[in-house]
Formats: sequence, C-alpha cells, structure tokens
Amino acid sequence: MTDSEAQLLTKKDYESDQAVRWCPGCGDYAVLAQTQKTMPTFGRKKEEFVFISGIGCSSRFPYYMNAYGFHTIHGRAPAVATGVKIANPELSVWVVTGDGDGLSIGGNHFMHALRRNMDINLLLFNNRIYGLTKGQYSPTSEIGKITKATPFGSIDYPLNPPSLALGAQATFVARTIDRWQAHMSDMIKRSYHHDGGSFIEIYQNCNIFNDGVYGEYTGKEKLDNVIELKHGEPMIFSNGTKGIKLDGFTSAVVDMSKHSVTDLMVHDETNLDLAHIIANWTSNPNLPEPIGVIYSIDKKTYNQEMVDQVKTAIETKGAGSVQDLLNAGDTWVVD
Amino acid sequence: MGKSIKTIDDAVIRFAGDSGDGMQLTGGRFSQTTAIFGNDLSTLPDFPAEIRAPAGSLAGVSAFQIHFSSKDIHTPGDKPDVLVAMNPAALKVHKNELESGGTIIINTDAFTKKNLNFAGYESNPLDDGTLDDYFTVIPIEMNKLVTAACEGLDLSPKLVARTKNFFALGVLYYMYDRPLEATEKWLEKKFAGKDSIIEANKRAMSTGYNYADTTEIFMTRYKVEKAALPPGNYRNMNGNLATSLGLLAASERSGLKLFYGGYPITPASDILHTLAAWKHFGVQTFQAEDEIAGITSVIGAAFTGNLAVTATSGPGIALKGEAMGLAVITELPLVIINVQRGGPSTGLPTKTEQADLNQALYGRNGEAPIPVIAAATPGDCFYAAYEAAHVALRYMTPVVLLTDGYLANGSEPWQIPDMDDMDDIDVEFAKGFNESGEFLPYKRNQTTLARPWAVPGTPGLEHRIGGLEKADLTGHVSYDPENHHRMVELRQEKINRVSQFIPPTDVFGKDHGDMLVLSWGGTFGACRSAVETMQDNGMAVSHVHLRWINPLPKDLGEILIRYKNIIVPEINMGQLVTLIRAEYLVDARGLNFVRGRPIGASTIIETVKKTIGG
Repeated sequence: MTDSEAQLLTKKDYESDQAVRWCPGCGDYAVLAQTQKTMPTFGRKKEEFVFISGIGCSSRFPYYMNAYGFHTIHGRAPAVATGVKIANPELSVWVVTGDGDGLSIGGNHFMHALRRNMDINLLLFNNRIYGLTKGQYSPTSEIGKITKATPFGSIDYPLNPPSLALGAQATFVARTIDRWQAHMSDMIKRSYHHDGGSFIEIYQNCNIFNDGVYGEYTGKEKLDNVIELKHGEPMIFSNGTKGIKLDGFTSAVVDMSKHSVTDLMVHDETNLDLAHIIANWTSNPNLPEPIGVIYSIDKKTYNQEMVDQVKTAIETKGAGSVQDLLNAGDTWVVD
Repeated sequence: MGKSIKTIDDAVIRFAGDSGDGMQLTGGRFSQTTAIFGNDLSTLPDFPAEIRAPAGSLAGVSAFQIHFSSKDIHTPGDKPDVLVAMNPAALKVHKNELESGGTIIINTDAFTKKNLNFAGYESNPLDDGTLDDYFTVIPIEMNKLVTAACEGLDLSPKLVARTKNFFALGVLYYMYDRPLEATEKWLEKKFAGKDSIIEANKRAMSTGYNYADTTEIFMTRYKVEKAALPPGNYRNMNGNLATSLGLLAASERSGLKLFYGGYPITPASDILHTLAAWKHFGVQTFQAEDEIAGITSVIGAAFTGNLAVTATSGPGIALKGEAMGLAVITELPLVIINVQRGGPSTGLPTKTEQADLNQALYGRNGEAPIPVIAAATPGDCFYAAYEAAHVALRYMTPVVLLTDGYLANGSEPWQIPDMDDMDDIDVEFAKGFNESGEFLPYKRNQTTLARPWAVPGTPGLEHRIGGLEKADLTGHVSYDPENHHRMVELRQEKINRVSQFIPPTDVFGKDHGDMLVLSWGGTFGACRSAVETMQDNGMAVSHVHLRWINPLPKDLGEILIRYKNIIVPEINMGQLVTLIRAEYLVDARGLNFVRGRPIGASTIIETVKKTIGG
C-alpha cells in the first residue's frame, strides 16, 4: 500500500469478512465500530496495524478487524504484543483485552508492559463480569455481587484499573464508555499519538450477564455522576452546577452557586499526584466517575531504547561476524 | 633423590571445597590450560543451588571434576584419581567416590575443630588413620604457606587466604606438568587494575608449584601426552555457550534477526547472559516478567518474522506448556530450549537429569506434536541448536531442543567450525497472493507441509491467526468436526515429515550382535565409552545414539531387531525405553539412575556383562 492509498482508506477497509458473533446489543459492537472508523483517520498503511488479544468475549476483536491479527491465549496478549513490537518497532500494535483477561490471569503482563513503557495500545473492555464463561464475577466486580460463582455475594474487593496502571508507571491512562462514541474515538486517537504504552479502560455493558452495570453513567442522571476530564480546565460537571475542590489531598464536590471557578481543582494530565487522586474517584459514591485522559507524559520507550542499544553496539563494536566470534578466545591448532 | 616421571593415558581429578573457595574457577583454569596443552578432556562442575550455604557445611560443598587424556574420551570420568579437599566437608562428601589407592591433597589449615564438627567428624580423619589404609594423603598447610608467600603485599589476611585455591592449582600443575603462563595471563586480564590481587594469586600458584617440586611428598609426576585429535582449530567449549553460538549461527545463515525472550532460571540463564552481550549482531534479548511471557513474547516475535528462541529449565518448561500449544496450532517457528535439571518441582536446580523427555514429547493439551532434538555433548549443543532452528524454519513449527545441566556446564575441546560448511537455511516470507488470487495462510508447501509465513507489514496479506481451531487453507475459525480431524492429521503428518531431514542412523559397531546400547542426549559419552571398552574386550556390543526423538529416524526399527538385547541407559525412570517398546514392540530394557549426575560408563559395562556375560 502506498502512502497516498493509505490516505483514502475508510471504515469499510478495516472490516474483515468474518461475521461478528457477539450477542446482539453487546457494548463490544460500539468499540469495534469506533475503532474501524478511527483507524483510517491516521492515514497509515493498513498492513502496519496489528491487533492482539487474549481470551474472552472482547478478545474475538482481531477476527473482525481487517489488519494483522493474533488471537492468543488467556491473559498473555501484552507479552505477545511485546515480542511483536520489539521484533518490528515500525508496527502500530494494539492489545484488546477484558477485565478477566487483562487484570486477573494476565495481571502480571498488563503491569509489566505498562512499566516498561512498551509502545503498545491497550484497550481494556471492562464489563465487570466474565461473559464467555457465562457469568462469574471478575476482578472488577463490585463487592457483594451475586453471580453463579457467588450465590451469597462476592467477597472479593474489586481493583481499580487506572490506579493499577498508574502504580505500574504507565505513561498514558484514560477511560471512556461504550456509549460515548465520539469520546471513545478521541481516546483512541490520543492513544495512537501517544509515544509509549497507553491504557484505555472502556466501560462496556454486557447486556446478558451484567446489564446496566454502568447505567448511572449512561442513563438520564449521567450528568450528575460523571466528569469529563479536560487538560488545563477546572473540574466542573453536571452542566456547570457542580465542581470539585481539593482540600489538601481530599476531593470534595462543591455547589457552583456557592463557589467560584477559581476555587476548583484544575486538571493537569502531566501531574502524577493529581492522577492518583482522580483515579481514586472511581466507584466513589460521593464523587463523579472520571472519564477522559487521567494521565499522559512523555518518556522514552523500551522499544526505542532497544533500537538505540543495538545501534550503539554496532557503532562501537562493529557489526558482528559469527566466524570471528567462533574463532575468539583461547584457541589452539592441532596439526 | 630424583623424581620419577610416569606417562599415563588419562587422569581424573576433582577439586572440592566450600562454595566460597573458588573451586569452579580453579577447575575452569585447569581445564583451559589442559585444553591448550592439547589433551582431550571432559568436565563436570557440581555445585550447590545455594549461592553461599553456611561456610564449612556439607550443603555448601562445591566440586569440579576434569578427565583429561592422550586419547579420545567422552566422559568426565567415573572415579577421580586425585581429590583436592579444601575443608573437612569436602573430604566427607567426596572421599568415597575416590579410586581406591587414589591421592587426596588436603588443606590441613581448614581442619579446625569447628569445621570438623560442622562436617560431622567426631575425630580428625587426618589423625585417626581412617584414610591411610585406602589413599595416599598429602596434607598441606595451605593458608600458612600463602600467608608467607603474600608477605609484604597490601592485602587483608582475608583476601590473602582466598588465594589458596591458586596454591592448590599450582600443586596440580606441577603434578601433571602443565605450564603456568596461560593462568597468569588470565589473572592479569581478569583482575586488571588490581595489581596486588594479581600478584597474590600468582605468588600462591607458583608457591604451590614450587612446594610440590621441592618437598619429597610428591615423588612422581605424571605426563599425559597430547591427544591425537582431528586437525583443525580448537577451543574449549561448554554447552550453554555452544547453544548460544549455534543460535547465532542460524540467525546469520537464515538472514533473520535473533529474538530471545526468557526468564532467569538455573541452569539455562547463561544462554540469556551470552546472547544479551551480542547486540552488535542485532540480537535482541528480552528478560520477561515470567516464563510464560518469555515464550509468548517469542511467539509474537516469530509472528513478526524473527528467529525466535526461548530457553528454560525444570519447572519453567511446565509453565510454557500452554504457549507451546499455541505455537503448534498457529504453526509458527520457534526454538524452545530445555536445559534439563533434576525434578519434579524445584527439584535439584544445579544437578543434571533427563526426566523432561516425556514433557517435551507430550506435555501439552490436545494433539500437539513438536519435533524434539537432543544434544549429545557440550560442543554438540552448537550443531543441535543450529539444526533445531533449521527444522523450525523449514517446517514452520516449534522445536524443542533438550540439553541438560551436565552438558550446559561441562566442557570439552571443540573443533571450531567453518561457517561456510554449515547447511544453508533458506527462508522465504510470503510476498503476495497465491495462484488463486487470495492469500491462504494455511495453504501448505507440498513437500514439507509448512504453511506460508506472512509477517505483519506485508501489504495485502493481512490475516488473522489464533488458538482456536483453524479451517484448512483459510485459517478462519472452524468448529467443523471433519476439518478438526483433518487439521490434527495434517499437523501430525508435518512433524512426521521432519524424518525426511534426518540422515540415516549411525551404528557404532557391528550392525547386529548380542547387545545394542541405545541412548539419547547427555548420556552419549558414558554409553560410547562403555561400548568402546566392551568392543575392545571382544564383546558383540554396538551403540546407537538418537539425535531426534520426535520424529524417530525412519530406519531405527529395522536396526533394533538385529540385536538380541537392547539396553537404554537414561537419567530418568525409563522414558525413552517406554517409547521404544511401544513404537517397535522390541524387548528393550532400561538402565535407570536418577542421582543428579551422569551415569558412569562402568555401570553400563557391568549391566551389559550381567545380561550377556563376558
């Protein structure tokens, strides 16, 4: 594909010939559509995209993208993606995972891929349930959840994916919602343009096993329950009627009829302390759910460091010859 | 009184001491000097898993055995002729393995009451006469002698005491008439900038040499003449380095970048260390977060067109099982190296074993055949690694390379190969649509049944692969029962066809007889030595050594039936012998020792004699 051909790609070019087999009404459809729609906007050759997944409903994603794809094994997609990216750093590598795949069985790889700032894009479809195995609680399910595996309610405390990502030294952490299509597309673009490991948590509805789990962020009362993060802007939500004020390390919702904008906390994507505070609003009944880019900084990537080390080694030692290496060391001749 | 010089064919010496006494280093130097001198040799390092067990304890004893000869030899020797015991614990652990009438050189300064108690001696074996009936004991006050030798040097008494291993080395150099220069040069390089350390060790070594020369306790010196090895350039080679070099050679000859992903584990880690230093060859190494990420990163690199390799040992291979299945179903070329160690579980991390053969052959869910090749000697690891990579790329399949702790750390003189003599490794990536005008990722080469390798970045060949069953040709997900059966058969047939690649089996000895010794992997040396000895004694015994265990060579069945008896020595409970019996319906018998060390040639000889007489 030439560069000018790449400019002319459309959503259709990214649709594979495979029938999509998610349950009707599944939030995954929205993510697939937005991804297929957003990819052509990059003007990049189709053959340079690789989608890698693990196991679970979301992990069927690569089959439906007309790009290079690899449906691997449970939890290991970030490690496979790491090998792909090191082997060819020119590729745009995407990992599609879920809350069970990415945070439970694959928690270790998730953490280390982000820690290394491997330049891959992690899309985590969080539906707070195991779908493909038919409805067990996941590591993001709320405490007390009744499932087939927890008939008396779950006694597992859920983890908070953005906090985990920040703790793992991620350089880009964002959250979006399946129903927020334009926002999702923006997040995908931000992730693509971020030079380093990026993590997007996507709140995704499972209409079969966990229907309405994000209803408070997508239904009528959503304006009261979410805040869209905007870099450099004050923390204001609910149509401008509410804001968030920082009192020491404690965040509190304030009534804007009694406060001025200057009282409010201002979002700064590059501030790690703020990012930790914002990530902690997750599932807090007294604070709105943060949606958008929580954290984004520039830091040299593992894959670039690797390229540079190889280059430096060749420059300083000269390109190696195996025969010379074989002949090296203490040798002797037998006549 | 003059000293006599006795020429002998071969000698086996063992250095034993505390983990902190530098026995591995001492043995390594003696090996290097002996190799350059021109003997054939074989070594067996034997060290504890603990980095530093309590000083003086039995658990902390570290040993290094070397067998060197004027003849062609294959093993590190069954029983040492000379034991160097640097402390009571070393004496206690190793004296029973010494040849009766052998020599024990002892550092008496370490035989303190505390050390004797620690080793479980109630009385001092140097005084109570328990050794004298069996051995020639040479007691030397090594600490005292090195202290005197290093007088005037600006070094703490502790650092001076550490040079006593070089004193012992000097004594052995005298006994076997070896030059000191190579070791002196090595010291200068190793401790460059630390002049007093260099000087202290040099003094300790020459003091040991001179002490043996002047005192009358050494009345005989031994001469082991150069061995008549095939002409060529040689170097001393251990298994892990040979494996790494073989991979690098395959990378150069295939024109593919080498990617290594792995997790540190004994005794495989040295492969990671070695490859990590070869960045100027374009080698990329990735120390993963765990064994699973080690192999799955490698699968990603294989998908992307690299020569992709992982190595592990012991429990590490169990962790890689699921990913190996993924490589089987996606038909990607990778080399999986298992440097076998004692198991099960954590087992014996630093000891050798051959008990992972079944895991290599069968350790996956579903029908998941993988070619399995095993290296025979430390130097052979080079060729086995090269061949493993060649088959992986030719047949688009993961390949398991089995080595073991003994091969990995053991060494032998190695004739340096000429890269021009290595087999060509042709790799062709898919570049465009095939004749039907579409790209079919599972349309196979009719000879090898390999599928095309279309790497990300190739225009027009975008396709999806994965762990779900593949439809024949298209590679789409398929749950069709007939398709599944066909794909299972195709994957098996592809591996069967690797036998096209295997040359006819080499039979050492007559093509029929009373006994065939059948071996695989690191027991090669012991089996070959045993069979040579028995043949010299006129016994009708032959030897076949298997390099590929999956698939087995096509001609093996017809060879096996020509012998009245078949014996299969293995360091496991009988894994190959079970396969041979099942595959060929022959009455092969096992000879099984699982002691964390190589099987001795003498044990094989005894067993064969018991079976067929002679």
